[in-house]
Amino acid sequence: MELQEVINSLSLKVENPSVNLKREVTGAYVSDMLSDVMGNAHEGFLWITLQIHLNIVAVASLKGLSGILLVNNRVPAEETLKKAIEENVPILTSSLPTFELVGRLYSLGLRCR
Amino acid sequence: MENTEGVFFLTGKDFKNAGAASSSLKGILEGRGVPQPIIRRVAIAAFEAEMNVIIYAVAGMMNYTITDEMIKIRIQDMGPGIPNIEQAMKEGYSTAPDYIREMGFGSGMGLPNIKRNSDTLTVNSVVGEGTTVEFSMNLPPAE
Ligand SMILES: Nc1ncnc2c1ncn2[C@@H]1O[C@H](COP(=O)(O)OP(=O)(O)OP(=O)(O)O)[C@@H](O)[C@H]1O
Ligand SMILES: [Mg+2]
Repeated sequence: MELQEVINSLSLKVENPSVNLKREVTGAYVSDMLSDVMGNAHEGFLWITLQIHLNIVAVASLKGLSGILLVNNRVPAEETLKKAIEENVPILTSSLPTFELVGRLYSLGLRCR
Repeated sequence: MENTEGVFFLTGKDFKNAGAASSSLKGILEGRGVPQPIIRRVAIAAFEAEMNVIIYAVAGMMNYTITDEMIKIRIQDMGPGIPNIEQAMKEGYSTAPDYIREMGFGSGMGLPNIKRNSDTLTVNSVVGEGTTVEFSMNLPPAE
């Protein structure tokens, strides 16, 4: 599924619109533990989390994730956003809590495999 | 191809640059044309080892050697050391303090992730001195 389709369907805000949003979302993973994402997410996955600090960008970039979705009105730290622009990692935000977001992503057809 | 080797220096608690060594290494592997699935495994293992130095140690370094046969990485630190390596290797075991856990580290999955993604792994540690984590990934024979 195209990332733009996910953004439109869930009315997500793109915090760094200068990055390339043309990418395929191959699935999704939810976790606030970075090593859990390192071990269990796959390339092209969208990562749903409440972590907003800088190191989430390194994880997304090293794993080749399609983006990071911050839940519950969380906004990325300034240095996180700067790094995400450098590393070309889309940072998306939403006012919805994780449960709601994941339910919608699942109905769109995204899976965790 | 000629061997490539180099070193990155790591500083304890330097969360701003955390992951930088692993990212650079990933770029070097891409430049050398290493197959993507192997790059992915190296990136995971290198990041975990790099983060452990940043979280637990005072300072350290990451040495890498890339040959036609394998990628070998040695991460050596000056730090508290690991009293019981067998226990530390168990998934879920962590001594990370609360403020580290709040950042999303401390699930006790780092060393298991390294093990799962490498072809060889050795961990040596002296309490009060430091820890050396060495792992390698085999490369497929060139056609
Ligand atoms: N370089 C190191 N120096 C000292 N202790 C270490 C080092 N690396 C690991 N340890 C010890 O081993 C434990 C397990 O490490 P591991 O990387 O598997 O998990 P973690 O760092 O606690 O959590 P995670 O990696 O999932 O964020 C650590 O909590 C720590 O006690
Ligand atoms: Mg760790």
